[in-house]
Amino acid sequence: MDAVLDNLDVFVEGFTTTVSLTLLAAVGALVLGTLIAAMRVSPVPPLRWVGAAYVTLVRNTPLTVVFFLVVFGLPEVDVILSFYRFAVVALSLYTAAFVAEAVRSGINSVAAGQAEASRSVGMTFGQTLRLVVLPQAFTNIIPPLASIFIALLKNTSIAYAFGVFEGTQAMNQLVNANGADVIAIIAAAAFIYLALALLASALFGLLERTVTASR
Amino acid sequence: MQPLVVLEGVNKHFGSLHVLKDIDLTVARGEVVVVIGPSGSGKSTLCRTINRLETIDSGTILIDGQPLPEEGKQLAQLRSKVGMVFQSFNLFAHKTVLENVTLGPIKVKGVKKAAAEKRGRELLERVDIASQADKYPAQLSGGQQQRVAIARALAMDPMVMLFDEPTSALDPEMINEVLDVMTSLAKSGMTMVVVTHEMGFARRAADRVVFMDDGRIVESNTPEEFFSRPQSDRAKDFLSKILSH
Repeated sequence: MDAVLDNLDVFVEGFTTTVSLTLLAAVGALVLGTLIAAMRVSPVPPLRWVGAAYVTLVRNTPLTVVFFLVVFGLPEVDVILSFYRFAVVALSLYTAAFVAEAVRSGINSVAAGQAEASRSVGMTFGQTLRLVVLPQAFTNIIPPLASIFIALLKNTSIAYAFGVFEGTQAMNQLVNANGADVIAIIAAAAFIYLALALLASALFGLLERTVTASR
Repeated sequence: MQPLVVLEGVNKHFGSLHVLKDIDLTVARGEVVVVIGPSGSGKSTLCRTINRLETIDSGTILIDGQPLPEEGKQLAQLRSKVGMVFQSFNLFAHKTVLENVTLGPIKVKGVKKAAAEKRGRELLERVDIASQADKYPAQLSGGQQQRVAIARALAMDPMVMLFDEPTSALDPEMINEVLDVMTSLAKSGMTMVVVTHEMGFARRAADRVVFMDDGRIVESNTPEEFFSRPQSDRAKDFLSKILSH
């Protein structure tokens, strides 16, 4: 237990990175995922194909393989970033596939008449999506988005294998340095992940209630 | 004068179902055309082809002399001049009543927000619902929602208004408040195509009644002539069924 309390600063440093990875990748995945969902419902067939292909390829690839592709693939095209940034890119690309499917289900849950009414007042496909369909779609998909982002929080631990000092890496260092307190250290790391996930759930729950109340 | 809406030889299929068969229809400026007919006769589909919510397989549709463009910016531009009122209202559920009426003018026509709101409130006043401006659609009755939907369409200053069974989803006691708004709109000179089962409205407000059956226009006549002396057996049969009680 002492090994945990004496090394709280190591945990704090590691899990601060876990949180920042999660937040940055969540934003990236939300933007990219929404874009892909928009492509999948667009009236232009090639865009639909690209969107569908992205989801199929990325969703069915293990996250670790996506990390390898990003870390080794991007330098091939002269994109050389820090491992932290590589991790943000890999997590964003991977999570975007799941966000895209959630957003698409949200779009499909909005009554067809909403889009027809929007087109009837002269709005373009893009305006219809942006101003009428997506705002309603997002309020419908807060629960699945919460699940996706909690999965993302835990998935950031893969970055540990690619030289990023995040929560799991902090745990690993402490385990190696404190052979006697291994279980306590691992349990502490698990507890912090749990606490962060519960915090995320609570925030999404609050968001859901706020959105529902304003309708 | 050039007619406002012209359909020539319009055909439309849903799969193997031939829903519109060689439709020819001309609507003059200021004319109120009421389309009636049994369920499944194609009258709603006809209404929806006029602003291309439904595409057609053959034939031409002209609005103000222009053929309907393909899907894209030009079509959006044209739709902004063709008002549409739906059976199920389709008010934007996440917007207030006033926002429903101002969204189109602001985003499509580039009207300033303050000007759009001023005009929006005038239109809500005209359909007698100004006091509900800050409510959400779900907080209104069906009749109120439909009147807002009419105001939303009018806010775009349309050349023609299409009504697709505007009272079919309403409780009986709310039908009249919507028909009253439509009647006064007709009297004000608006060009209207109205698909409806309300025969009273057809008698009162229509310049012409178009009777459809099985995808065809069977009769087209003034309301007096149509209701007192229907020509086809199909129309006689239809009228005897709906007017007998």
